[in-house]
Amino acid sequence: MKNNPKASSQEALEESRLQRHLELSQVGIDFPTPKGPFTALQDVNLKIAKGEFVSLIGHSGCGKSTVLNIVAGLHQASSGGVILDNQEVNAPGPERAVVFQNHSLLPWLSVYKNVELAVKQTRQGRNKAEIKEWVQHNLDLVHMTHAADKLPSEISGGMKQRVGIARALSMEPKVLLMDEPFGALDALTRAHLQDSVMEIHASLGNTVIMITHDVDEAVLLSDRIVMMTNGPAATIGEILEVDFERPRNRLEMADNLKYNQYRHAVLTFLYEKQKKIETVGAAKSDLSKGKMSKKKSSAA
Amino acid sequence: MLKTNTAPVLFQKMKTNMVKDKFFATLNALLLPIIGILLFVALWAAVAKNIDTSLGEFPGPMAVWEQSSVLIDEHNAQQEKAEAFYARQEERNAKRVADDPSYAAKVRPFTGAPTFFDQIWTSLYTVSIGFLMASLIAVPLGILCGLSKGTYVAINPLIQLFKPVSPLAWLPLVTMVVSAVYVSDDPMFSKSFVTSAFTVALCCLWPTLINTAVGVSSIDKDLINVSKVLRLNAFNHVLKIVLPSSIPAIFTGLRLSLGIGWMVLIAAEMLAQNPGLGKFVWDEFQNGSSESLARIMVAVLTIGIIGFALDRLMLMLQRKVSWDKSATLR
Repeated sequence: MKNNPKASSQEALEESRLQRHLELSQVGIDFPTPKGPFTALQDVNLKIAKGEFVSLIGHSGCGKSTVLNIVAGLHQASSGGVILDNQEVNAPGPERAVVFQNHSLLPWLSVYKNVELAVKQTRQGRNKAEIKEWVQHNLDLVHMTHAADKLPSEISGGMKQRVGIARALSMEPKVLLMDEPFGALDALTRAHLQDSVMEIHASLGNTVIMITHDVDEAVLLSDRIVMMTNGPAATIGEILEVDFERPRNRLEMADNLKYNQYRHAVLTFLYEKQKKIETVGAAKSDLSKGKMSKKKSSAA
Repeated sequence: MLKTNTAPVLFQKMKTNMVKDKFFATLNALLLPIIGILLFVALWAAVAKNIDTSLGEFPGPMAVWEQSSVLIDEHNAQQEKAEAFYARQEERNAKRVADDPSYAAKVRPFTGAPTFFDQIWTSLYTVSIGFLMASLIAVPLGILCGLSKGTYVAINPLIQLFKPVSPLAWLPLVTMVVSAVYVSDDPMFSKSFVTSAFTVALCCLWPTLINTAVGVSSIDKDLINVSKVLRLNAFNHVLKIVLPSSIPAIFTGLRLSLGIGWMVLIAAEMLAQNPGLGKFVWDEFQNGSSESLARIMVAVLTIGIIGFALDRLMLMLQRKVSWDKSATLR
């Protein structure tokens, strides 16, 4: 499907979006504050097709992570809702696996055991040998079999993130949610991991939602880039279709005119249409918001 | 030419420097504590000579050293006596059974006064049981408090209220309750043991409880999210996420508890005349012989050494149990 002429591939995507694989409708969320409810998100509408790779981009504090957490089920939308394959999302679950920004591996378990925990938890009648095989297979996907017995503290940041991805993939999720997965990595490591993610996406065809701050990353990886307006009451500003054939090659794309047009479109949105003016007041409200969400989670 | 000549020399120099550094590091680690101890002993000896009490001169290091060997001799003598007693008893019983096969032999325990080492053993046994009882309650309760804000808010006033209470305030109450409740014809433990163990347990509860609760409530939020995404049930959540990540905090609490428990036990034994090191100290004080003070000083040092050893033991246990081997353990 990916290698079909582009017109038909666009049509196919459009069609499968109509089949409602993953649908966010009228999603909004309020956080309670002493001064009354704070509306972080409002009227977020998005339909995502099976196998589609969608990036969420926007300034920090605009609620990208909140959108992702709502899809993951870690936050509850105050209004609207998320439907995945005709089922409402209202709790976290392995069919919507999350790759966290700071890998979140259990530091007391080896790389192998970290993935094994996820496999055992989501085993579908697998016996011991099959569990082992599936763990190995997923470590293989991210090229981490060589460090299977290492503890997370003994491997590099990029490697940890690979293991985090392997753990998420091993749950065989319908949707893979990635919260700035490469944000904390250096540029070269990031490029490696982006290639790995493209490779995996090509072979497994998971639906992916990824949050990123990196315009190049968004254009390189995505089928669509969802650009979010600034908060409060953030919502989707524009959606950019990235119409490139896969597999994509970062070197070839660097000289591509269309690639630069896409980049330009995203940059224009971020730095002209949604120019963010950092004020002390804004920083303060950011802070109090952070506190609120912390309180909320500890109460939950 | 110059380069090829200097490189090995430089390397050699670096190597000797490293060896030197290492040598001095070990020397410092060994020598400095020894210097500290020697200084203390010298000061002790100098000061002791100038203190006259109604029981004679305050014991210096030499007197204490002598008494410690006296205590060991006493223990050995008592041991021999006990062995002789049991041998005689056995012989007598064997004879009586031989004379009259229907006779059921009675074995009576040796009733000699407990020696210093018997008292050490009693104290150690009591503190371990008290500490174990407290830990078995405090760790699960602490986990519950850490997981559920409601439980914590409900229990917190009680913790704050009872934490600062001295064990000696509890002691009369515990003694009376034990006397009233623990009634049996053939008790497995003596009442004094139960009283001491309960008093120790009451004081060991709080540090473990508080530290466990704090450790559990400060688990990385992302790890909790991982658990949610994996849909771990409550039992697995505690076993796979909560316990491993709060092990360091739990052990901090356990070590504090054991330290407090050991201190409390000695005081409780003194006040309640329960067997143990505390009773040994009190008996010697009441005895008031010219060696009493030296014998008490032996007990003081022994209490210190055992307290230190108990703490090291907990540390070793923590090293064994905790995943975080790189964490500095003090």
